[in-house]
Amino acid sequence: MSCTIRIASPLRSYTAGAASVAGSGATLSAVLAHLEAHYPGIRFRMIDEQERIRPHMRLFVNASEACELTAAVRDGDTVHVICALSGG
Amino acid sequence: MLACMAHTLWVATRKGLFALRAGTTRRGWRLSGPQFLGHVIHHVVQDPREPRVLLMAAKTGHLGPTVFRSHDRGRSWQEAAQPPAFRKALAGEEAPAVQRVFWLTAGHASQPGTWYAGSSPAGLFRSSDGGNHWEPVAGFNDNPLRPRWAAQGTPDGEFLHSILVDPRDPAHLYIGISIGGVFESVDAGRSWTPMNDGVAADFLPDPTVPFGHDPHCVVQHPARPERLYQQNHCGIYRLDRPQRRWQRIGSAMPKKIGDVGFPIVLHPADPDTAWVVPMDGQTVWPRTSIGGKPAVYRTTNGGASWRRLDRGLPRSQAWFTVLRQAMCADAQARTGLYFGTTAGDVWASSNAGESWRCIARHLPEIYAVSHAA
Repeated sequence: MSCTIRIASPLRSYTAGAASVAGSGATLSAVLAHLEAHYPGIRFRMIDEQERIRPHMRLFVNASEACELTAAVRDGDTVHVICALSGG
Repeated sequence: MLACMAHTLWVATRKGLFALRAGTTRRGWRLSGPQFLGHVIHHVVQDPREPRVLLMAAKTGHLGPTVFRSHDRGRSWQEAAQPPAFRKALAGEEAPAVQRVFWLTAGHASQPGTWYAGSSPAGLFRSSDGGNHWEPVAGFNDNPLRPRWAAQGTPDGEFLHSILVDPRDPAHLYIGISIGGVFESVDAGRSWTPMNDGVAADFLPDPTVPFGHDPHCVVQHPARPERLYQQNHCGIYRLDRPQRRWQRIGSAMPKKIGDVGFPIVLHPADPDTAWVVPMDGQTVWPRTSIGGKPAVYRTTNGGASWRRLDRGLPRSQAWFTVLRQAMCADAQARTGLYFGTTAGDVWASSNAGESWRCIARHLPEIYAVSHAA
């Protein structure tokens, strides 16, 4: 499955500044593995060692928030990586 | 220009990394940075075995924790290929994840490339390749007693810090855990023993417990490694091994000042000389300068007595805190001392604390200050 991944600004140091990159995979987990293969180190900044999405990260497949990495990704979908933080 | 500078202070802040550089006179400090603007920098440490190498513990508000390495004295940085992380938990197990890499310590002189990292929640990690790949130290992280040793964490989680490598023996390690206590390993981290006898834990129902204490900062004298000091939540202590019972040397501090604080810094050559920065630990624990009048206190006799050193520091209405990694000494004959504050100022003394001057203002909240030669 081919998809588009929208990269939040805090992670663009890994994508050479690109706000959007091409992705591949039938699940969010597979998409992130593909992303890691192309941009080493990016996954651990989003997903912890117990496979949990970090507290200030949000992942969406199209307009739906994905709370689990098993979420399905279909051809043509857009995966949004969003950073959520409050306070100073 | 930078290469001729004799002294560098790395200033790790809640919002990035700064450097202060000066020549041999230790005057005319010049501020540069920020690097990593917006990153939360907990610790920056120069490798004493290879001084061009630095390691830095960092994260951002959003992103997970990691380690950066520099091989050119901080001009450029590369992220670790495998940052510190707990092993993947089995079904039904506690599943800790590193929230922040809080502490970095270079390994023994005989083990180039070896580094240790401490995390929150309390975890110990080791790298054998200069900080590029990190592995959990299973003897601590998977110890069945670990959940009990580090069970009293604050809402931010407990911190593993003060990783000490005995200069006489690379297998002899100490660690501090806030909250948890001081622990010793004599087998390179495979097994650990609490070492808190004599230390107060007046916040616990049973103050005589073997662990559950709150060491804020533990240091080992490089020239007399059997001597340890700690600035604890409940006082200042000294321990001369092979004894196992800490002596409360903070009892000699003025009663109106008390002996609560975060950092304790040792003279590089004299095991009897140490500096602390007392803070207010009364009632609701403001943890600020006492009475808004900051001061450093120094002992030159192993803690038998202490002398107030505040010349040049604000006389009133200065309510900052000096965190546990935010004070350091250099190795000059007339010891240079440096501390950074939660108010973003850096203070320096080139005469062992006799007088102080502010060498940087208005930085973000300072988490750590380390000297690099």
